[in-house]
Amino acid sequence: MNQSAPSLSSAGREPGQPGALPDGERRKRLRRWRTIKDYFAKYSVGTFGVGVIIALALIFVYLFSEVAPMLRPASLTVEAQYPAPGGTQAETLHIAMDRHKAVAVRYTSEREAVFFNTVDGSVIRREALPIPEDVRVTAFGLAEPRNRLSIFGLENGEALLVRHEFNESFSRDGRLYNPSLVYPVRDGERVLLDVAGDGSGIASIAIQRGSTGTSVAAALDDGRLRLVRFEETTSFLTGEVTVRRNAYDIPRLPEGAEPTRVLLDITMRHLLVGDNQGHLHYYDVSRPAQAERVDSKRIIRADSAEVSALEYLLGTVSVIVGGSEGSVSQIMLVRDEDNINRITRVRDFESHASAVTGISPEYIRKGFVTYDAGGNLKLHYSTSYRTLLSRTVTDAPLALVHMAPRANGLFAVDNQERVHKVDVFNPHPEVSVRALWGKVWYEGRSQPEYVWQSSSATDEFEPKFSLMPLTLGTVKAAFYAMLFAMPLAILGAVYSAYFMSPKLRQLVKPSIEIMEALPTVILGFLAGLWLAPFAERNLPAVFSILLLMPVFLIFAGYVWMKWMPRALLQRVPDGWEAAILVPVVIFVGWACVVLSPWVEIALFSGDMRQWLTDVGITYDQRNAMVVGIAMGFAVIPTIYSISEDAVFNVPKHLTQGALALGATPWQTVTRVVLLTASPGIFSAVMIGFGRAVGETMIVLMATGNSPVMNFNIFEGMRTLSANIAVEMPEAAVGGTHYRILFLAALVLFVLTFFLNTIAEIVRHRLRKRYSSL
Amino acid sequence: MKDWFSKGSPWIWLSGGAVSICMVAVTGLVLMIAINGLSHFWPKPVVEFEYRLPGQSEGQRVIGEVNRTETMTAIAMREAGLTVPEGQELVTRHMIKRGNRDVTGQDFVWYLDDHMYDRRFPRDILVLERLTWGDFYGYLVDYRIDGEVVAEGAEARAAFRQRMAETADLVREINVIERVDIGDVNFRMEQLRLRDRGLNLNERLSEAQREQARAEMAERQAALDEDYAVLEQRRNELRHEVGRYAITMETMEGQMRTIRLDAVVHAWWPNDMSMFQKMGHYGRNFWDFVSGYPREANTEGGILPAIYGTVLMVILMSIVVTPFGVLAAIYLREYAKQGWLTRVIRISVNNLAGVPSIVFGVFGLGFFVYFLGGNIDRLFYQEALPSPTFGSPALIWASLTLALLTLPVVIVATEEGLSRIPRSIRDGSLALGATKAETLWRTVIPLAAPAMMTGVILSVARAAGEVAPLMLVGVVKLAPSLPLDGNAPFLHLDRAFMHLGFHIFDVGFQSPNVEAGRPLVYATALILVALIIVLNLTAMIIRNRLRERYRSESD
Repeated sequence: MNQSAPSLSSAGREPGQPGALPDGERRKRLRRWRTIKDYFAKYSVGTFGVGVIIALALIFVYLFSEVAPMLRPASLTVEAQYPAPGGTQAETLHIAMDRHKAVAVRYTSEREAVFFNTVDGSVIRREALPIPEDVRVTAFGLAEPRNRLSIFGLENGEALLVRHEFNESFSRDGRLYNPSLVYPVRDGERVLLDVAGDGSGIASIAIQRGSTGTSVAAALDDGRLRLVRFEETTSFLTGEVTVRRNAYDIPRLPEGAEPTRVLLDITMRHLLVGDNQGHLHYYDVSRPAQAERVDSKRIIRADSAEVSALEYLLGTVSVIVGGSEGSVSQIMLVRDEDNINRITRVRDFESHASAVTGISPEYIRKGFVTYDAGGNLKLHYSTSYRTLLSRTVTDAPLALVHMAPRANGLFAVDNQERVHKVDVFNPHPEVSVRALWGKVWYEGRSQPEYVWQSSSATDEFEPKFSLMPLTLGTVKAAFYAMLFAMPLAILGAVYSAYFMSPKLRQLVKPSIEIMEALPTVILGFLAGLWLAPFAERNLPAVFSILLLMPVFLIFAGYVWMKWMPRALLQRVPDGWEAAILVPVVIFVGWACVVLSPWVEIALFSGDMRQWLTDVGITYDQRNAMVVGIAMGFAVIPTIYSISEDAVFNVPKHLTQGALALGATPWQTVTRVVLLTASPGIFSAVMIGFGRAVGETMIVLMATGNSPVMNFNIFEGMRTLSANIAVEMPEAAVGGTHYRILFLAALVLFVLTFFLNTIAEIVRHRLRKRYSSL
Repeated sequence: MKDWFSKGSPWIWLSGGAVSICMVAVTGLVLMIAINGLSHFWPKPVVEFEYRLPGQSEGQRVIGEVNRTETMTAIAMREAGLTVPEGQELVTRHMIKRGNRDVTGQDFVWYLDDHMYDRRFPRDILVLERLTWGDFYGYLVDYRIDGEVVAEGAEARAAFRQRMAETADLVREINVIERVDIGDVNFRMEQLRLRDRGLNLNERLSEAQREQARAEMAERQAALDEDYAVLEQRRNELRHEVGRYAITMETMEGQMRTIRLDAVVHAWWPNDMSMFQKMGHYGRNFWDFVSGYPREANTEGGILPAIYGTVLMVILMSIVVTPFGVLAAIYLREYAKQGWLTRVIRISVNNLAGVPSIVFGVFGLGFFVYFLGGNIDRLFYQEALPSPTFGSPALIWASLTLALLTLPVVIVATEEGLSRIPRSIRDGSLALGATKAETLWRTVIPLAAPAMMTGVILSVARAAGEVAPLMLVGVVKLAPSLPLDGNAPFLHLDRAFMHLGFHIFDVGFQSPNVEAGRPLVYATALILVALIIVLNLTAMIIRNRLRERYRSESD
């Protein structure tokens, strides 16, 4: 204790005064000294006490403070405005900045690339593109923005593929840039690639580049569609790259439709063509020679409206459509029952007041920005069905907007060729009530679903943050645990509080307390490594124990009471039934296991697990049944000891009164004891449930941790707590995933706190009632 | 019978049965862990048999330990593609631990009892526990020095036995050099490297001072390099020496394998041991287990670092939790004005005991590790950045997190102890003129001390078994160095550590060879369970004594 209460320790070492009283002066000094110490003790204990309580409150505050940033709305601020670097007389085809938002490039219609400083628009470098003076640029296309790859379609049917590099390097003075242009695909020595084949002009062009090669899709002036593939092979001897060019003609659009926009996905299998009548056409080009139109659909709702913008999102799975009436919606290819991809409208976003002039996707997320002729722009996020922000940046119509690589900024260029550099604050667009708790139509799925899948190996992955499977898994695990624990714990509590002999009780209570102290990691390991395979092998045994055990217990009691010799019965006092039944429990358990294979042969054609599969029930080795038993085992002591307390403290005069009126002991229990103690038992169940909800190690070890959405007892689950344990160490600090895990922790915290508080209040009331009875 | 039912007796029996089931389950569980955990160290007999499927004339010789036996239905076995004699409905199968993972690739294999013939227990089967690749089963053929056969047969056995003892000493010396001495040198070199970086970052130093410090460091570096060279030479000599000796073993397939003696940890002839020898073997195995370092992705060897880490973490935790918990309880019970606020606080504190431990883990990771640790690193350990010092899971954060987690336990227990002290004792002290602080210190606290002890012991028991929060704030699968060692400042609060509970989780569920690790998991679980039961029993005994004492004093 000495080190724990330094303030008090000196009081113990006060010099004693043997014999006569000290003189008045010394007594006064002593008294003052003692008062000081008393004050000191009071305030230091107070500080510590309040400090500890504040520390505990801090947990809640901190958890909330980590979740709160998700609630902050997105915002944007215009940081700088300047006339387009490199001259405003040329039109901006594309503008993009590096990931630190320090350097940017602008491609102009005057066949030039201008690298400039984003802060003030000062030009760093200008480079002319190798396009002949007299040839006009008629089309422009972008690969996925993160590839920094652009293509210029020319009026002579050729195209130029160019990639800009910012080439950052680090030195003592900070970051240095040496931007340059690269022409990654050449046809022989030429950088200009022949697309049309016959010199007709290119109206619209699309490009994608993957590990195997590059594909260019184009719509020509005369309405023909062309697909050109450049397959690159690297000779492993010389390291030389040879490019093979294959050009294909793709079937035309139906009569009367003029292609306005072509889109090619990164797998280079799907070609989407938009036309001037608001239709989208889907071509399967996985074998370009046999390319065919699979589906066509009008993708704009309003009859009079036209499609004014069409752009892929990251991963090129879904397409955002902007309409001339201002509508914004998302389209995906979804497989129907016949396994054919169909153009399907997935969701709509907040509309613009005027025609959508363009769409710019984010580099690394499924967000995008749309802008309109009124100078207004809106930030959207696909997975969360959200429109996060709507702001007018300038009064002039916006001609071009492009997101920064980290989605923390954007360039907006208006029709007067003024560049607005905008800072965007939008860290958690993935979160919405709908995304967390509702059904969401994810990319690549055929319908809206509840899915938790927070990460994957690829960059274009769409994180799926539905908390529903986890919540359901938590409830499922807790439900089966309670199903197992409640009857055992409550019956056991009633028995040991009311019927059991005091001697036996002295033995039972500590054992149950030991049971409570057993680390859950041990229960989890036994459940996962021993019980799960055992139950899989001896499924009939598990169920026959469940069914036969109560029957045999009662039967054993009957046998004992009726057939045992009187002499023996008298030797065993009342309240020892539990001890007598121990051998019965062991015997029934053992017999069920031994007989299990025979039951299997007799009833389940020799293999119950196979039989279940044949009936159509999925069986996982580590399933809800195993968790129910193991976690039930963990919560039995909690429920038992609290309800035992409640039953034991039922005032004796009540039960004695009932017995005196002629009720049998069991009648007394059901009509008097249980009724009086029911609030206590209720609070025991609440606390037990709270424990089951938060338990981590058992579910982590005894299930497969797959986030499924069902209540099948033979399948596993993933709970909120296990999910935190699995994913927290890998979550990027401050990211949306990290904060959602904090949210899960907060939900657990609040839920268990709430359950426990109810239980505590109920218990408190009960105690009062007992004392008044 | 009807009468018996109408009186409700069956339900009494049924509820009695519920208690029996709980008791059977809890004892069964503890017994199962105990039996499985303790039997792991006993040298099991090694069986040799011929495994011959029907229709085959030539069988396969199998040597190994029977790991466990199961009874299955014949149908299930046939579905799995095994041949079972016609007309048979049940099948017994044995899991045989064949060892020799490097030879056969599969060290645990199921064999059907029906096809096992000619079972025997040859006395000269030799089992080797090796540093890598697990156990080796076979017959000793010869003993070699520098590749030359020196002894064969019975002579080889004697020579091998004798040499084994000497080799074991040398291997121990190598281990000491590698783990302690070289580890020490490495630690100091790392300190020097960090100091060097610190010099570069420190802008207040003049160039001359910097040069001077550099020169001094270069000198020390040179000294360390020299130390290292000496140690390395000594180690290489020893390695060369132990590498000279080898034995040849015949496997169950009849292959010959040469095994160097320094790769062997223990060697024994299990079918040729007396009871006494077996007990000796048992004792040694057990000692190796609790005092050794883990090997082979933790599935073999000992658990010393895990025990060490658990104990150290729990001690640190109790150092933190005791004063805070006790003072908070004293404040709540003795100083705070009793009213609705204290009631709310009391209920909240009580409820915190029911908040899932993983929530504390999340808090610990976010607040302690990333926030506090990150800031400490930025302020004091800038030279080590970007690799974190305190900004990563560490012993100190684990202890603090668990202290927070167990704070309610201590507060509740202490409060209960304080509330049990009769009012008359306090009044008596105050009436004699003692101040409140004196009353507390001289009478109340000594009386409540056992209750506080109980609280602390219970909190230690809870902390020792908690794993989920630790997975976020401090434990690792394998810690390269212990958190308390001979290098200044001796107690390394910033290091991650190993933990018994996490060891169980890791070996049982994340290791590549679960079957091989299984006995070890049971043994580890046994130690953990034993620790926790002892702690809880102690707490219970203290509590019961306390109750007795007050019963007599309050009269």
